[in-house]
Amino acid sequence: MTIAHGEFPVHGRSINHDAPLEYSLEEGALRIFGFWLFLATDLVLFACLFATYVVLHGAAAGGPTEAQLFDVPGFTAETLILLTSSFTGGLGTYAMHNGSRRGLITWMIITVLLGLSFIGLEVKEFVTYATHGAPLQRSAFLSAFFTLVGTHGCHVSLGILWMLSIIYQLARRGITPITARKVFIVGLYWHFLDIVWVFIFTVVYLNGVMS
Amino acid sequence: MSTFLPHFPATFIVTGDPLIYGAEVSIVLATVGILFVLTYFKKWRWLWREWLTTVDHKKISVMYLIAALLMFFRGGVDAMLMRTQLIRPNMSFLQAEHYNQIFTTHGTIMILFMAMPFIFAMFNIAVPLQIGARDVAFPYLNAVSFWLFFFAALLFNLSFVVGGSPDAGWVSYPPLAGLEFDRGPGENFYLLSLQITGIGSIATGINFMATILKMRAPGMTLMRMPLFSWSVLASSILIIFAFPALTVALALLLIDRLAGAHFFTMFQGGNPMMYINLFWIWGHPEVYIVILPAFGIFSEVVSTFSGKRIFGYSSMVASLMTISVISYVLWVHHFFTMGAGPGVNSFFAVATMCVGIPTGVKVFNWLFTMYRGRIRLTVPMLWAIAFIPIFAIGGATGVMLAAAPADYQYHNSFFLIAHFHQVLIGGTVFGMLAGMYYWWPKMFGYMLNERLGRWAFWLFNSGFYVTFFPQYLLGLMGMTRRMYTYPANMGWNTLNFISTMGAYVMGIGFIVLVMDVVYSIRFGERDVTGDPWNGRTLEWSLPSPAPHYNFARIPTVTSRDAWWTSKQERSRSDAPRKLEPLQPIHMPKSSGRPFIMSAIFFIGGFGLVFNWYALGFLALLGVLVSMLLRSLEYDTDYYVPVEEIEQTEAALGRA
Amino acid sequence: MSRPSTHASNTASGSLWMYIVGFVISIALTVGALWLVLARQFSTGTLLTVILLLAILQIGVQMFFFMHITDSPRPQFNLWILGLGMFFTFVVIAGSVWIMSFGAQGY
Repeated sequence: MTIAHGEFPVHGRSINHDAPLEYSLEEGALRIFGFWLFLATDLVLFACLFATYVVLHGAAAGGPTEAQLFDVPGFTAETLILLTSSFTGGLGTYAMHNGSRRGLITWMIITVLLGLSFIGLEVKEFVTYATHGAPLQRSAFLSAFFTLVGTHGCHVSLGILWMLSIIYQLARRGITPITARKVFIVGLYWHFLDIVWVFIFTVVYLNGVMS
Repeated sequence: MSTFLPHFPATFIVTGDPLIYGAEVSIVLATVGILFVLTYFKKWRWLWREWLTTVDHKKISVMYLIAALLMFFRGGVDAMLMRTQLIRPNMSFLQAEHYNQIFTTHGTIMILFMAMPFIFAMFNIAVPLQIGARDVAFPYLNAVSFWLFFFAALLFNLSFVVGGSPDAGWVSYPPLAGLEFDRGPGENFYLLSLQITGIGSIATGINFMATILKMRAPGMTLMRMPLFSWSVLASSILIIFAFPALTVALALLLIDRLAGAHFFTMFQGGNPMMYINLFWIWGHPEVYIVILPAFGIFSEVVSTFSGKRIFGYSSMVASLMTISVISYVLWVHHFFTMGAGPGVNSFFAVATMCVGIPTGVKVFNWLFTMYRGRIRLTVPMLWAIAFIPIFAIGGATGVMLAAAPADYQYHNSFFLIAHFHQVLIGGTVFGMLAGMYYWWPKMFGYMLNERLGRWAFWLFNSGFYVTFFPQYLLGLMGMTRRMYTYPANMGWNTLNFISTMGAYVMGIGFIVLVMDVVYSIRFGERDVTGDPWNGRTLEWSLPSPAPHYNFARIPTVTSRDAWWTSKQERSRSDAPRKLEPLQPIHMPKSSGRPFIMSAIFFIGGFGLVFNWYALGFLALLGVLVSMLLRSLEYDTDYYVPVEEIEQTEAALGRA
Repeated sequence: MSRPSTHASNTASGSLWMYIVGFVISIALTVGALWLVLARQFSTGTLLTVILLLAILQIGVQMFFFMHITDSPRPQFNLWILGLGMFFTFVVIAGSVWIMSFGAQGY
């Protein structure tokens, strides 16, 4: 049967051996596309949070300002850790394409550990602010800050749980077209969060210490 | 929580109003009645297996339709109550507070719990059949969407009898909707139920976009796709990009209310205007989300009942796509009076006027399609034709409102009310009713009665003009929206009386519509051909209702109006068609998890309404566990064997 | 008819060097932005523009080197949607800032 470019007329299980493993089932390609659509909506969700932050960030209401709060070594460490985790996540995908389950699981565990240390640093940062006169309730600026950065943190935490579930599935089932698709999708999610963080780093932190 | 429980009845059940007592009694009676019927006829297992766990887009469509009609009734009753209160000056039929609740629930329900499920019912029944697919791209997610909507609607409606309805308007602007001015749980009901249904809507948008872009039958290029599917694509684009803004607006207001943040408060630098900004980033595209599918339906209906292909197909597609992008950059026209300055207001005023251009193109294309066509005045066609003058007038008053300086006069007056009812009823409601009559045989296998349908149409349509034209004048005479009563010496009495009479006529029209449905269940003409309207698109090539796998063989498409073409070809040649051998069909399995997960969302939402964080946390955990279980599930689909397909097709009279 | 596009993409995601180069560039962009800010190389307005540009470059790096946007089957609707998403992102942020600037002096 001939199939036109990019069209998947049935929920088929036909296997395309030319494509990368995660795309080899039509269903896999469809789900990856669906996940791209989700990322597009998530992008606009963050856009709204960024817009809120940019509008409200000057409204410190006599409380602590950005320049007073943000700690350069702290947010730099968070950034470097997250960027590195994006890289290790990518190495996981690379190992997967080479058929190395062991390599894939190892890189994913490293990614999870980096994610956890990122979350650890962020929680520490939040607790420090909240206990030093800068809780969410203090000013519109802080409400916007905690919500924007916290939403990203929630995404990362969910990503960690998700990866743990996939590591478990990989350990049980090995690399199959289905698990490969799952690895690829969680990878997209993780890299996407990295992009969002780069903008938090730029718009929130760097802009904050500049002012 | 322990301190709440002893006082539960007094704290939670709304008391003191005869209307609400009536509602409480009827809810209890209806629930007992439903439980009794299900148990007496031993239908529990049937309900669970056939409906609650289904992932079939056709059944999901039926459930959306039933929910939409029920919510249409609830929102309609709200409207009748409001119009009754305004029938004469100084009425005391409703208390001010109750009036506030009614206009809030009327707006919220009509937009989010009537229009949205109604368009989703149409998406679900028509899109996969039109594009030659066996289901949507993500059937399980489709069920999740429906149940999230369903439980959100339940949560919202529960506020009527438990805790109190929201009363800050359907837009719920802070600071009025903030904690300082609105302590009651009603506002939380609003925020949480909209949040939950919003998640479902985003999922539907993603689902239909993937379906349309990736699951078309071989040969069905984008430019051969039926216009309804195009309109769903345009609407889905707006859904996935606009709904996140609603999510954020609601979430931030909820954080203000629950955690004491200062996004939109009057203190600590909060800025209530930012809520308005975010709300309308969603709110404006939302009206296009609900109207574009209606445009799609009109295109199908006008073309079918004029016996012609649609005039200017490419320009129709271009208009849909243009509208879906332009309508995203109009949102400020909902709050010109905020005073954002001449630059901002001018930009958004001009952009607003621009969106009239592609819309105008569409109106002319419909007219040219009818021109010299063999028009059949069926009920769907009546709704489609009646839409055109209403929408033209609504569009013209819209351009009046778009002129920013003039808007300072019209803003929040009954002129505005008349305008948006004109475009939303004339556009979306007429469109959905046209679609309902058009696709009803495909959904249920029988036709709706035309005679009763005509009565419903003429009552509703004429009631519409009588209701809303006086409201334009009332608006110009200074009557503002959301006022619960007015003094006798304003000169508004006659017009308000006429408007209320019109509303009653519309109400009667709705009752006749329901009578039509009930009558046709019993006496409706069977659709044995599968093609009762002499249709043009692929859904009419299937039996009514379609078998669960839709297409025994996926058709190969060679032109626009694929079914019409193949009928023409068949009438020209007597040669028997060569059929490819049947192959086993890959189908998704039913699952109860969407229902259960959405029920957990409901429980968590209910907990957060009353600040019971423990319950909210447990529900979050429940949702995560549901998602994990789904991820660990590998046995999610099966094959329909060839013998079963053969039997089913033979039973449907298809070789 | 098979999909010729996927042949090329096999190699696109196959090279270890892709990941390493991507990582190095992403670190360089980040550290560069940080250095520019700490060293106060430009005026605030210019600086903000420059670091935003660096962040936008970072999107490209992540998408190309790590997310393999070029991998997906043709036609690449995901790129269209993503482009539209970025446009709307710009509209939301720039629009909100512009609209809400009316009361800026009040805060």
